Amino acid sequence: MMGINSNAKQVIAEIVSNKKVGAYHHMVFAVGDIANAAKPGNFVAISVGGESSQLVLRRAFAIYRTFDRGASGGLLEIVVAPHGAGSTWLANQQPGVKIDLIAPLGTAFGIPTEPVRALLVGGGYGSAPLFGLSDVLKNRGCRVDMVIGASTAMKIYAPLDGKRSVSSLTITTEDGSTGKTGKVTDVLREIITSNEIDIVYSCGPMGMLEAINNITEEFNLVHQCSIEESMACGIGVCMTCVLPIKGEDGQIRMLRSCIDGPVVAGESVIWSAKRTIPEGTWGAH
Amino acid sequence: MFNFQTTLGQAEFENPIFTASGCAGSGKELSQFFELNQLGAVVTKSIMLKARSGRATPRMAETPSGMLNSIGLQGPGIDLFLENDVPWLRDQGATIVVSIAGESVEDYAVLARKLRAVPGISALEVNISCPNVENRGQVFACHPETARAAIESVRRNIGGELPIIAKLTPDVTSIVEIAKEVVAAGADGLALINTVLGMVIDTNTMRPKLAGKTGGLSGPAIRPIAVRAVYQVHAAMPHVKILGMGGISSGQDAFELILAGASAVSVGTASFGNPMAAMKIKEELRNELISHGFDSLREAVGYAHRSEGGN
Repeated sequence: MMGINSNAKQVIAEIVSNKKVGAYHHMVFAVGDIANAAKPGNFVAISVGGESSQLVLRRAFAIYRTFDRGASGGLLEIVVAPHGAGSTWLANQQPGVKIDLIAPLGTAFGIPTEPVRALLVGGGYGSAPLFGLSDVLKNRGCRVDMVIGASTAMKIYAPLDGKRSVSSLTITTEDGSTGKTGKVTDVLREIITSNEIDIVYSCGPMGMLEAINNITEEFNLVHQCSIEESMACGIGVCMTCVLPIKGEDGQIRMLRSCIDGPVVAGESVIWSAKRTIPEGTWGAH
Repeated sequence: MFNFQTTLGQAEFENPIFTASGCAGSGKELSQFFELNQLGAVVTKSIMLKARSGRATPRMAETPSGMLNSIGLQGPGIDLFLENDVPWLRDQGATIVVSIAGESVEDYAVLARKLRAVPGISALEVNISCPNVENRGQVFACHPETARAAIESVRRNIGGELPIIAKLTPDVTSIVEIAKEVVAAGADGLALINTVLGMVIDTNTMRPKLAGKTGGLSGPAIRPIAVRAVYQVHAAMPHVKILGMGGISSGQDAFELILAGASAVSVGTASFGNPMAAMKIKEELRNELISHGFDSLREAVGYAHRSEGGN
């Protein structure tokens, strides 16, 4: 039997670098072998607050990208938005500090076997895992267009080398401080049509993913999205991060976003349920 | 040679470190991190008669040194559990304690009948901190009569030698009173404590943070409540074996509950923060006991109760 999270390992990893990028922190960890096992879409669960922390739960971050540095070991990179006590603590840690992390966790983005035209859509720092995905898709001969949106310019995460990895990059901000004024969904229909998009990948807030899914259904496109729900353990034991997902058998089940996700088929999510148990869900009574 | 073995009722265990029900699923997820046969026992997530979707989300809120949860006993139901999870655990060489939960006295009876002939189970944990649908949703464990009825129902139907461990809530006026009732009803041991009912209000939305509004508080925040409950019950009934739990995250924490009167301890929320927590606690507890001069775990159980003037 295949184990759950069979590639995951718990490691004590040293912070190699921590740089402020706009509203975010780009952090790099020396993680050893697990860098090889990580695929775009996987996440890492990190202990926060140090030895005497009152924060008992790990924080989950999408893996931005990984590097295998041969003998000197693998590197794992994330983008941290410091907003709560845990992410703020992590963003304040300096190179040399050792961090307890578990990776790679969860599902990865599915990669088409044929060269297709892919559109990657990121909200805020949700763009981070899409750059690693872009590299993989380009290596498979895919054309990759990207749209990144946020409320304001400071919250757009689009590093220079990331920009170079895509065929086109469209940026939207709600306050118009950079790129086009509006939301990512305002520009999707035009890009899907003019670039003859075959598949959409997305990562960002749930509201944005739902709005993207409405558009991909309109165009009858495959949509793979990275979902989120408040999570306690990240490894599948606690059953807190569930959401209603319809299986291939047509049955809706409350599935764990840490094990059956974070990457799921957009069409399988019961978006309308909005944090309820939809009628007909397995075990609902 | 240090002796780490322990007993609960007639059941014997190689070491006193168990998982806590609901904090280890049925073991598969943690088995990626260590071998389940290294635990004293895997206590499985409380299983009910039928499949359950559980409650809506959010189901979780982190709190100072703890967390609230309101899962609603999501699970596959007893039949699929017996078909899939128990055989898998047996294949791992795990020592198995099955936790059951019911919505009626009859549910507990049916669950006990389904489990009594299943090979490879060492004990039954009876979670009675569930709403009784036949009694206005009142929690079984909160009233002596319903706590007694649920345990009697299991006792009458389980037959044989499978020990019954009744899991009690601390949300009562006198946990000793409830403990005496369930022991009189046939419980061989007690699991103390379940989570403590709590609530978090989100100050942005200005509404309760959990979809279920209230949730069970767990983690180090509740440890002193667990120590108090175990101490009080052990003082009242020193012959009744206790599986202690509530915020244990180090060997020192486990030692504290053992001194209070626990014969074994369950690791719960700590496994969410660290999947290796149970293994770490096991090694630390062994060292703790040895460094305090104990030759066996048994000598330390309830040691905090010794008379004034003792060592």
